[in-house]
Amino acid sequence: MLNIALPKGRLGETVYDLFERAGFDCPSIREKNRKLIFENEKTGVRFFWVKPSDVQIYVERGAADLGVAGKDIILEYAPDVYELLDLGLGKCRMAVAAKKDFHDDNTKTLRVATKFPNVASSYYEGIGRDIDVIKLNGSIELAPILGLSDVIVDIVETGTTLRENDLEVKAEIFPISARLIANKSSFRFLSGEIGKITEKMKELVTEND
Amino acid sequence: MNDAVLTREERVVFELRDLYRRYGYRPYRMSKFEEYELYVRNKEFMVGDRVIAFNDTNGKMLALKPDVTLSIIKGGEDRPGEKQKVYYDENVYRVSKSTHRFKEIRQAGLECIGEVDLYDVYEAIVLAAESLGKIGGEYRLTVSHLGLLTEVIECVSKDPSFLEIASGCIAGKNAHDLKTACDESGVSAEGYDALCRLLSANFAPKDAPAFLSTLPDTPAAKEVGRLAALLSDSPCADKICFDFSLTGDVNYYNGFIFKGFLRGIASDVLSGGQYDGMMEKLGRTSRAVGFAIYLDLLEALDENDGGADLDVALLYDETCDPKDVAKAADAIRRAGKSCSALRAIPEKLRYKELKDMRKEGKKC
Repeated sequence: MLNIALPKGRLGETVYDLFERAGFDCPSIREKNRKLIFENEKTGVRFFWVKPSDVQIYVERGAADLGVAGKDIILEYAPDVYELLDLGLGKCRMAVAAKKDFHDDNTKTLRVATKFPNVASSYYEGIGRDIDVIKLNGSIELAPILGLSDVIVDIVETGTTLRENDLEVKAEIFPISARLIANKSSFRFLSGEIGKITEKMKELVTEND
Repeated sequence: MNDAVLTREERVVFELRDLYRRYGYRPYRMSKFEEYELYVRNKEFMVGDRVIAFNDTNGKMLALKPDVTLSIIKGGEDRPGEKQKVYYDENVYRVSKSTHRFKEIRQAGLECIGEVDLYDVYEAIVLAAESLGKIGGEYRLTVSHLGLLTEVIECVSKDPSFLEIASGCIAGKNAHDLKTACDESGVSAEGYDALCRLLSANFAPKDAPAFLSTLPDTPAAKEVGRLAALLSDSPCADKICFDFSLTGDVNYYNGFIFKGFLRGIASDVLSGGQYDGMMEKLGRTSRAVGFAIYLDLLEALDENDGGADLDVALLYDETCDPKDVAKAADAIRRAGKSCSALRAIPEKLRYKELKDMRKEGKKC
């Protein structure tokens, strides 16, 4: 039985559809109840929903053999896992945003509000800019508006929230999409099953492209 | 002695000692402490950069060992034509990646230092595989060659930054980001294909010739071919596979590296390889190969069986004659059962049988 961690929410549901189309369905997952784990002995898969940022922990620690996590989460937490496939779903980008009239003149330490302190630190280290990271857990866009930070480093999907708050993208850091990840030990013992799922999903992703 | 009283870790240590001794390795005993200076000078070879340091009574700065290999290298000397083959099981003290606090970790392993040749590398890999077999359960040993990875990447691009990016992608079996990196660096389609073959390689030693025929004929590829030919005839050949996504710290390792996995443990439990470069940087002329097994990880294999702590709980009070209590307890133990004489049953004690010697409960 292959344990698969799916990210809760809309992305997770789209990802499950992909597993289903690849032949690894689990009908009980569509039932409306409070169950946490869904299993299909016939297809040999067991799915469970977890918080998107926790998927990588479940996979790295071996509670899940496979999982689906965003590239943003992978780069922030750097889990020791294999990144087997770009599913091409949940596309967005990691970006620096600020108030439209903000100009970084390099005269003082840049205050950066973000949910992704490692991503932000690594980006600014790469361009040699001294920063003060302000770790927030939500409503990041508020920070520059209220003067808590100069800029934010956050995920931008359509840019609507930024526009409606008089903010704009100042720099793009990297594109994001959902990735199929695998535990390194599971990969040794379940290589046949993991390889089969990866190949089938790859065919579907290529078709979608 | 009843083996059931040994923990898995203790049993494994005994079996490993016997295994290594049969291959001519000698025990290496060392102090828990090492000169702090050794780690200050060799930070680049350490797993993490923090040690527990303290002043000895004479004012000398000491540290609790975070690593065993450095001490073995420091304690040895280069003698032409000779090989020092040693094994150990020791506690090391490192910062845990998960808790960010110091942790005592029990390690067992071996080192072969001297004029190390292909046979010694083969022997270390076979011993690594047999060590995993001694632990019990299903295991796999993956082998890679750090030089092969570098040579193939340098064949497709001379850009030093590409080497780092491509190595990272191969280590993560990440073909999609490797494609992007190849496109950005102007690597040809044939170059990308060669790197993808390295990334997805996972073959048994006997299949090495077929795989290597698809790669550039580099010195490292030849070494891989020679080792694979030896391993394909070894008794554990079906448990060994070549996988070039396996990478290691290039400050520490060069040449062949290997990692061992046990079903049921989420990360590698054994790690080793050749470390000639590290020897050279430490001023030694000898070559070296070795590995360590992280024994603390084995507890993940022990299921909580919900069993009893004790066969018989023997309950007595002040009305009981101690002679009668001793006699009753001895009789139970002679019958091969564990027995504890108690005045009250501790809340968390799990026992199979209760014998009550108290006046009001004289049922036994």
